[in-house]
Amino acid sequence: MLRRRLDIPLNRDSSVRFLPWIIALMVYLAGLALAGTLVLQGTLQRWDASLSGTLTVQLPPPGDGKPDALAAALALLRPVRGVTSAEPLSPEATRRLVEPWLGTALTAAELALPQLIDLRIDPAAPPDLAALQARLAAAVPGAVLDDHRLWLDRLAGLVLSIEATALAIVLLIGGAAVLTVVFTTRAGLAVHHAVVEVLHLIGARDGYIAGQFQRQALDLALRGGIIGLALTLLTLLAIGRVSAATALFGEHVRLLPSLALRPWHWLALALLPFAAALIAMLTARVTVLRALKRMP
Amino acid sequence: MVRFENVGMRYGAGPEVLRDIGMELAAGSFHFLTGPSGAGKTSLLKLMYLAERPSRGLISLFGRDIATTPRRELPALRRKIGVVFQDFRLIDHLSAFDNVALPLRVAGLAEEQIREHVSELLRWVGLAEKLNARPATLSGGQQQRVAIARAVIGRPSLLLADEPTGNVDDEMALRLLRLFEEMNKLGTTLVIATHNEGLVTRFGHARLHLENGELTQERLRAQHAG
Ligand SMILES: Nc1ncnc2c1ncn2[C@@H]1O[C@H](COP(=O)(O)OP(=O)(O)OP(=O)(O)O)[C@@H](O)[C@H]1O
Ligand SMILES: [Mg+2]
Repeated sequence: MLRRRLDIPLNRDSSVRFLPWIIALMVYLAGLALAGTLVLQGTLQRWDASLSGTLTVQLPPPGDGKPDALAAALALLRPVRGVTSAEPLSPEATRRLVEPWLGTALTAAELALPQLIDLRIDPAAPPDLAALQARLAAAVPGAVLDDHRLWLDRLAGLVLSIEATALAIVLLIGGAAVLTVVFTTRAGLAVHHAVVEVLHLIGARDGYIAGQFQRQALDLALRGGIIGLALTLLTLLAIGRVSAATALFGEHVRLLPSLALRPWHWLALALLPFAAALIAMLTARVTVLRALKRMP
Repeated sequence: MVRFENVGMRYGAGPEVLRDIGMELAAGSFHFLTGPSGAGKTSLLKLMYLAERPSRGLISLFGRDIATTPRRELPALRRKIGVVFQDFRLIDHLSAFDNVALPLRVAGLAEEQIREHVSELLRWVGLAEKLNARPATLSGGQQQRVAIARAVIGRPSLLLADEPTGNVDDEMALRLLRLFEEMNKLGTTLVIATHNEGLVTRFGHARLHLENGELTQERLRAQHAG
């Protein structure tokens, strides 16, 4: 179908030469944005699953003249029945936890990150968490016992806003793609006005003429889209390699999210070039049909 | 077949180039369209092949009022009209064969049928050797014959030819006019704009004469100078 003879020599226009590369770039950017949100979602879900057996104690940020808050809290927590371990997270580790989202520019002190104690409890004989919370708050003012839900909720909020941003970016890219195809098609119509007019006058339906432009747009956009997808996959592969080398605490925390995309995630990425081609095709069609409406 | 009532036409906001045109061309008739350069012959044909719309008046083709015919029905109407454009309007990147095949392809005919018809017609107009030639590599007269072949390939009910013999020698002009007469005998209605008074008198068909945008219809009942 893509190799069908064209009555209109669109494939020789200089204006169409760049279209595949523009589409490739757009699919690449959209692919990265999409992969990013999918990875974030996956990370969030994994955290959700892996943290459910643990608790966190949050202490006020160190440095306001209470350096013994951590020691006091540990001393209180460790002897409690049902507590299997209570290990502080170093400020460095805490900072790294939020680094993928906030970057490395800010130090822990600047962020006033709370001190965290990783608390593992015996699920078979858990301590009285409410009582523990009360004792903890009495011993260390400002200390909070939370079960990670709070953190996860905040992270989920962050992830949601990142996702919204990514979606907006994808939509903007789509809009730019539409405009690009509109201009390319209009240029084609202008260059080939004489041929279009002859086709029109010998009784070609608008759909026949539009078909020539839309096939061309489909062909070019699909080619560009596949290039863009290939670039996306190469980039993801590279990130995946780097990510695997940065696993912290075993699999518990990774500096970079792992690329454990699900099959349907890969499918969604693979559909991008086809979505781009479809958008390009429909845009070309609508553009030509509108222009032809102006002919008698 | 073709009916004009009080038709006027102007290009954009320019002056009227056609004024008060009223005529009725019967199905199967054969008319020459004559008149000095700039009189409006091409403009009148453009109205007939639906490339332009009148600024006033009524045009009906095949018994249908053009102004009220829905747009989606116009392509089918146009396919019943064959046009030889004054400037040929061949498509440069297509071969002579593909140019002539275009109306059939646009109408959705099968390729085998197209191949047979087109080759036969191109042979008939003396271009059997030039099937694969691009228009740019053909002489003016050869291009004109390709243009004529493209106009008649779809066996139109109405054939409009704008100076179809302007670039060919007398012998080829006679040959082409005989092709037109053949088509006329098979029922095609013809309007042929020409400056060639010799042909008009020789073939002696009815004449539409334009002068300064106005029509004077004369009937020259000339006898065939066999
Ligand atoms: N596209 C156009 N825009 C504006 N004016 C035009 C256009 N085409 C033709 N005209 C004007 O319309 C008038 C009639 O032109 P037309 O081409 O119909 O003449 P014609 O009889 O075919 O002449 P010729 O014998 O030289 O082909 C002329 O005055 C011409 O300048
Ligand atoms: Mg003319």
